[in-house]
Amino acid sequence: MKTFHLGGVHPQDNKQFSAHQPITECPLPKQAIIPLVQHIGAPTQPVVEVGAKVKVGQLLAKAGGFVSANIASPVSGTVTKIGDWTDAWGAPGQAVFIDVEGDEWLPEIDRTPDLARQCTLEPKAIIDKISAAGIVGLGGACFPTHVKLLPPPGKKAEVLIINGVECEPYLTCDHQLMLEHGEEIIIGIEILKKALGVDRAIIGIENNKQDAIAHMSKLAQAKLGIEVQPLKLKYPQGGEKQLIDACIGRQVPSGALPIEVGAVVDNVATVFAIYEAVQKNKPLISRVMTVTGKNVAKPGNYLVRFGTPIDEVIELAGGVPTHTGKIIGGGPMMGRAMDHTEEMPANKRLSGLLFLDEKESVRPEEGNCIRCGKCVQACPMGLEPYLLQRMSELEMWDELEKHAIMDCIDCGCCVYTCPAHRRLLDGIRPGKAKVGAILRERAAANK
Amino acid sequence: MAHFITSPAPHVHSGNSVRRNMLLVILALLPAYVVSVIEFGLGALITALISVAVCVLTEWLISRFLLKEHSQTIGDLSAVLTGLLLAFNLPSNLEWWIVVIGAVVAIGVGKMTFGGLGQNPFNPALVGRVFLLISFPAQMTTWPLAKGFETSYLDAETGATPLYFLKHIMKTNDGSVIDQLPALRDAFLGAMGGSLGEVCALALILGGLFLICTRVITWHIPVSIIATVALFAWIATPDCMAPQTFIAYQLLSGGLMLGAFFMATDYVTSPMTAWGKIIFGVGIGFIMMVIRTWGAYPEGMSFAILIMNACVPLLNKFRPQRFGEPKK
Repeated sequence: MKTFHLGGVHPQDNKQFSAHQPITECPLPKQAIIPLVQHIGAPTQPVVEVGAKVKVGQLLAKAGGFVSANIASPVSGTVTKIGDWTDAWGAPGQAVFIDVEGDEWLPEIDRTPDLARQCTLEPKAIIDKISAAGIVGLGGACFPTHVKLLPPPGKKAEVLIINGVECEPYLTCDHQLMLEHGEEIIIGIEILKKALGVDRAIIGIENNKQDAIAHMSKLAQAKLGIEVQPLKLKYPQGGEKQLIDACIGRQVPSGALPIEVGAVVDNVATVFAIYEAVQKNKPLISRVMTVTGKNVAKPGNYLVRFGTPIDEVIELAGGVPTHTGKIIGGGPMMGRAMDHTEEMPANKRLSGLLFLDEKESVRPEEGNCIRCGKCVQACPMGLEPYLLQRMSELEMWDELEKHAIMDCIDCGCCVYTCPAHRRLLDGIRPGKAKVGAILRERAAANK
Repeated sequence: MAHFITSPAPHVHSGNSVRRNMLLVILALLPAYVVSVIEFGLGALITALISVAVCVLTEWLISRFLLKEHSQTIGDLSAVLTGLLLAFNLPSNLEWWIVVIGAVVAIGVGKMTFGGLGQNPFNPALVGRVFLLISFPAQMTTWPLAKGFETSYLDAETGATPLYFLKHIMKTNDGSVIDQLPALRDAFLGAMGGSLGEVCALALILGGLFLICTRVITWHIPVSIIATVALFAWIATPDCMAPQTFIAYQLLSGGLMLGAFFMATDYVTSPMTAWGKIIFGVGIGFIMMVIRTWGAYPEGMSFAILIMNACVPLLNKFRPQRFGEPKK
């Protein structure tokens, strides 16, 4: 069975808590908080004013550039505030606050569950619709999707790779989405193939989701040029570069984008959003979130409108379990531990909430590096984490650049595997930020 | 407002620990140790006990009173392992006070002077052993013969080890001493003279395979050492012996198996990357065979490992193949 070729680790997948829980719709909140940055790229510009009445699907804020994404209103009601807001990690930002009144949608949005199979739009029209709908990569990176669909001049996409890997332990939202909305995803893939002008699409799914592999294979059978690729369980297979390597055996060079090897990668949840945007005129206003953890009363997969305070989602799952130490936004390998949950809304970026108990939440004490080289063996990018950490501490920026610190994908394999519990990434992250800043400065000076 | 614990990702860990690795290595050494006790008797028990106890005590005293550290590293079992490995490299009939000196030097000089676990450039157990070899050459090269369980170990019958005869054969091409070598079967099972823990190739190979299967070590170092020794021996086979017999004796005698699986693979003093490890192993095999063939000592495993230990910072320059990098 195929997998990627360098490094990787095998964390316990712990998906049993929320796996196969049917997608449950979360009730509408009284007040919705919609952050103005929910993607990688330029911040959005609000296009509504305080006091305005908005409908579901109406544009709230428009993309602030090419690499940016529109934000549509996920609720109907009155805008009460546009201003300062702090996220669950303490970072300041801007948000639109809406008092929810009813659930009134824009009339052009098709809310029926009927499958819309036919798509007669031209590629450009498809991409325009995706762009207007504010779709970003829902696998975690939140990179605006329309940017990926418009390759730079001279580059041509050859193969579309669909990410159904969900390699983060605990998370099951993509798995459940494939089981419940497989047909929509297949239509989404056909739309994407058309938009990109490629005749081959591969859906990569890890072999801990046998039912999803079987289901998607059955649906893909009738379609020309869509294949399902079962993959050997290994983290971080859902990483874009790792997935391309696993599926087609091509390695994206350092610093380059997937298009360099002719690949475009999109997550299954993103493809589902594309189906809804193109076929149903529905902008990206909700997503499936996994709420899980061994002590969570009702772990499951919840369809949540953006802007819904996560406290309400947590209530739906049975509340914060006693002895909770950490609440992680996302999975345990790359997710971020929240300081608090108040005023934190569901948004494009939040794929799940994971509750760890107090014992699981404390990092063990760091020991001396015993130079075992396990971090080197585990690194999926072929880097030397022990060295990068030390060099970051010593502020050796030139050496760090030579040792390819910018290739680090933040996957956490090195920390996960280290027998001395060294917090390698705590050192590498700031080093990477600094080297990145130096590189940008240099690029700006050379212009 | 309720606040929760925050720390950077990842939030889960493999559960691997330094202590677990050390424990698995100690477990892997046990079969060879059982054979030693059977072959050499009480001496094997006492020597190992003294060595381990003094290593642990030395580490504790130094970190408590000289480094004044609050947290102790005794619990990670690395000192226990050093003590056991030192004992494995000593003749079982060594006087107790020599063992004590060896253990103090191993931990005190070989490890703690550099800052403790993870900082030492040389394998501590081998630092201890070579110190003793140079300081007490007579005692350190008088090996008891394997005679079954002995209780009066200090005056155990001693004699030359197979390496002595091999060197004689290589130097003089004199085939008359071939029949003084132990049968290959005995050499494989450990019924021959030698240091306490090095005699039973079978037990050491089993222990080594266990470490490879549990992913404590990788195959690179042992395989490259053994392959290099076999190749060297094949080329250097004296006329009076069949190459396969000569190769087998070279592989089964002395500290080769112990060194290849347990000493050279010490995390701290071996390279980090696959290619670094392979070159490291080839270097050890080559240097050891040079010493065995032309050197003054019959055995050269300790020296070979220590010399290659010194090359580790250089070998760590062999970085791994990066993702997306054209093959070199």
